[in-house]
Amino acid sequence: MEHTPPPLFRTGLTPLARLMIFAMLSTVLLIADARFNYLTPLRQAVGVILYPLQRIAAAPAALGKHIADFFVTHAALRQDNQRLSSHNLELAMAAQRTAALQEENTRLRGMLGMREHLTTPSVAAEILYAARDPFSRKVMINQGQLGGIEAGRPVADHVGIIGQITRVYPWLSELTLITDKGQLVPVLNVRTGQRAVMAGTGDEGRLELRFIPLTADFQTGDQLVTSGIDGTYPPGLPVAEVTRVERDTAFLFASIACKPLAAPSAGTQVLVLGPQPAQPERPEAEPAAAPAKKKKGKS
Amino acid sequence: MAAQPMTPQELLLPVKPGFIMLTLVAALLANLLPWSGWALWLVPDFVALVVLYWCIEEPRKIGFLAAWSLGLLMDIADGSLFGQHALAYSILAYAGISLHRRVQRFSLAQQILHVIPLLLFTDFVVMLVRALAGADFPGYAYFIGSFTGAALWPVLYYLLKLPQRPRPDPDRV
Repeated sequence: MEHTPPPLFRTGLTPLARLMIFAMLSTVLLIADARFNYLTPLRQAVGVILYPLQRIAAAPAALGKHIADFFVTHAALRQDNQRLSSHNLELAMAAQRTAALQEENTRLRGMLGMREHLTTPSVAAEILYAARDPFSRKVMINQGQLGGIEAGRPVADHVGIIGQITRVYPWLSELTLITDKGQLVPVLNVRTGQRAVMAGTGDEGRLELRFIPLTADFQTGDQLVTSGIDGTYPPGLPVAEVTRVERDTAFLFASIACKPLAAPSAGTQVLVLGPQPAQPERPEAEPAAAPAKKKKGKS
Repeated sequence: MAAQPMTPQELLLPVKPGFIMLTLVAALLANLLPWSGWALWLVPDFVALVVLYWCIEEPRKIGFLAAWSLGLLMDIADGSLFGQHALAYSILAYAGISLHRRVQRFSLAQQILHVIPLLLFTDFVVMLVRALAGADFPGYAYFIGSFTGAALWPVLYYLLKLPQRPRPDPDRV
């Protein structure tokens, strides 16, 4: 056997060996994270190290905004003021009407013996930056565990629902937008009252309704609001608008594209809504034999 | 093939480890800036670029540990899978360290031709990891960042070499 002479300088492991070690470590982390979700504490620890950098990086944009705010002209302010006061008047009218309606609603609900809708506490936050991950649609917001945020809370801006908190760090949280692939929102068509499940596509500004029969009544321009059936999103908040309906008889379901109403970007003010009131317990599952019979009878 | 005259090598001061740290932190900051819209596609991964630069220029002063830890930080910042950037940067560091003798001898334009495939490969590793985790192909725009990154290579080369250049000698004619 041939022996290589001892190295002149001690260099440690070869690069290939080091690569193997670090690749193995990464793979272990990847599997632990993707399959088992073991790494939340580790993520939080690293998140704390990263926090000052994240704040510093977000600072120039905030500073720019402050400067832009400072140079708003007098005319613009007056115009704004006028517009806002007329808008305020409209809103006041609407609020009065709403108050009357709410009263009536409480009375009716009381008559029906239904539980009242709770108004839950919410936290205001600001979007710091969009994550650079092209495979998902996530943004970071400047409120975290210490601000009372929990994973799973719905988030809205002044237009409508924008997403859901998916990870919480001490001072920041990660918000997955409804356009993220795999985000589902149960919605209700305002015009017809039909319920549907809306799914993100992973593209900015595009959502789709899934499993809608060809004959269902959906039209371009239909407004969709949350139906609240999932116990995550509060019912009645605007989500999206139908932009295109295609009915191809070759497929079982209609292809319905929607556009989210809210367009969150860095600096947008958002509201992290409170947890929804607990849903009633699921009823006991029926005995297994019953559904089988039903199926037979149907076919 | 005709032998090309080798470009004369500059005599440079040794690089300070503190400066390497500083540039890596600056690259991390650049990645965390609130990019949005089309800029998000166009902007290169600064951390990958700077890690590659130091692996090629000073392979003894930067190691896998630095590349790997920066990868972990990027994973947290992006909210992506824990370890995907760590894996990609480790591979990038390996490529940089094993190619450094070769790449250093080339001119800047030729170095860019080395940098493009290396950055593309890093993107590809990230894409592969995400595909295994069930993500869709994000579109070809995903690879644009590598090309803008490579286009920034000469700028980076000039800027990061600045503190190593000896001050011009006033007595020299």
